[in-house]
Amino acid sequence: MDLIWDGIREAFRLIFTGDSEVYEIALLSLTVSAAATAIALVIGLSIASFLAFRAPPGRTLALSLLNSGMALPPVVVGLVVAIMLWRTGPLGQLNLLFTPGAIIIAQAVIATPVVTALSVVALQTIHPKLRLQVLALGASRWQAALLLYREARLPLLAAVMAGFGAAISEVGASVMVGGNIKGSTRTLTTATMLETSQGDFETAIALAFILLALVYAVMVTFTVIQQRRPAS
Amino acid sequence: MTHPKLGVRDIQVERARRSILVVKELDVFPGEVLAIVGPNGAGKSTLIHVLALLERPSAGQVLFDGRPVEGGLLSYRRRMAVVFQEPLLLDATVESNVGSGLALRGVPRAERAVRVRRWLERFGIESLARRSARTLSGGEAQRASLARALALEPEVLLLDEPFATLDEPTRQALIDDFDRALGDTGTTVVFVSHDRSEALRLGDRVAVIIDGRLRQVGPPSQVFAAPADEEVAAFLGVETIVPGCVRSLERGLAVVELGGCRVEAAVATEASGEVLVCLRPEDVVLSPADDNPPTTSARNRLAAVVRRVVNVGAQARIELDAGFPLVSLITKQSLEELSLGAGSRVVASFKATAVHLIPRHVRPQPPSG
Repeated sequence: MDLIWDGIREAFRLIFTGDSEVYEIALLSLTVSAAATAIALVIGLSIASFLAFRAPPGRTLALSLLNSGMALPPVVVGLVVAIMLWRTGPLGQLNLLFTPGAIIIAQAVIATPVVTALSVVALQTIHPKLRLQVLALGASRWQAALLLYREARLPLLAAVMAGFGAAISEVGASVMVGGNIKGSTRTLTTATMLETSQGDFETAIALAFILLALVYAVMVTFTVIQQRRPAS
Repeated sequence: MTHPKLGVRDIQVERARRSILVVKELDVFPGEVLAIVGPNGAGKSTLIHVLALLERPSAGQVLFDGRPVEGGLLSYRRRMAVVFQEPLLLDATVESNVGSGLALRGVPRAERAVRVRRWLERFGIESLARRSARTLSGGEAQRASLARALALEPEVLLLDEPFATLDEPTRQALIDDFDRALGDTGTTVVFVSHDRSEALRLGDRVAVIIDGRLRQVGPPSQVFAAPADEEVAAFLGVETIVPGCVRSLERGLAVVELGGCRVEAAVATEASGEVLVCLRPEDVVLSPADDNPPTTSARNRLAAVVRRVVNVGAQARIELDAGFPLVSLITKQSLEELSLGAGSRVVASFKATAVHLIPRHVRPQPPSG
């Protein structure tokens, strides 16, 4: 028990003494995962809108693939992204391997199926004729999309939260494509893994605690937005 | 001659490689109310979607103000409004819903507020303005939906069975209010219904669609009195439709032979050869078999035997055999006075003007050789 208490005490010390390294790691985790979630949202919502509103042939197949994608093992994603970004790989010229950019790509790949699959379900909760009604009211295609997203904001924000959760909690792919380089690609999860492997449980617990606090702060924000009643 | 406000030419709509709607020509004139009627699944809603430019026909053209619709559909859609069977309100307050179309069309906030207020009042829902649309009853929600459409002050208003899901008292009250609200706005209205009484009440003209084909268009009195074919007649409530043959025609009075008896029919134009004889049940009057001298002046008096008596609300539907199947609708009081039951003998009378003849088209012979 002492170990855990010492860890939490260490966490508070690191937070309140303004340990610059911990702040950098936390900030990088947050920005990388936020960027990955944003990319996943743009791609996911586009695919979901197409699948939900256009109902193309093969939709069930596409959905089953997306649903399988929710269980995509991060190490597999890490492997594929590493090969793609490897110096001699197809995207080697981008020189992204072992940079935060590579982690963003890997996390976006992990989060996209989650956001997409849940967004399809979210958009399917909208009355099928509401899209026609909104267009008939004189909405442009963009206005119609925004109005419909607003109608489905509860389940859509759940999809965003799930996507962010998958991104920020992921560690395998981040290590493989980011390299856990101090001061450059070290995130809260990769740092926690490193400290644990070195037996420095105090720091590991502190980092884990900060990670949980960060996730909670983000989710509280999303939840408040989600549960707000529509303005009149 | 005035241009039609909205029209279609040679449109065809296919779904799953099956043609579900074919309309060669249909026009709606400025300020008129066109009622489109037909049984469920006839293609009425599809036609409304095409007219509202929400569904592109596989072939054919939609005309707006006499010119083919082309280019961006948004500018056309913003001159129309559509009300569907379901109210389809957004998850927002009632007033925000009623103003939503105006907001999408870029109407400034101040003007929006005035128009929203006006239409909330006209539909009697101003007290619900700040309520969430999710908490409304079916009738209240449909009022909000109609107010939302009329607040747009559209040139064309398209309604797809807007009263169909409401219970009877709510429906009647809403139809009254809608009729009044529409009043002198001069809006061109296309109104879909499977209920022929709604069409009679609201329509300046009626279009009948059956099986995806436009069968007849005209003023309600004409369409109801002279259905173009057997299916239109059946849909419009003509219960007796029997094949017969015109034996003579003199001064607008045709003598038709059917089922071994002769019936006189007043005809406006030509009638000859094979016809379908149509009779509405409410036009057939029953009297006792020994009714002598006759108590009606009807030209047609046929001896008949009652086959079946069916109670329908305050009336009774009597199925008769008069040499051909004949249906009569009489009041409960008449039923008791005549003490009718299966096997009773009666005299069925109807006026020559109540008989409508539909020519039976003989299929053209294929060219020989």
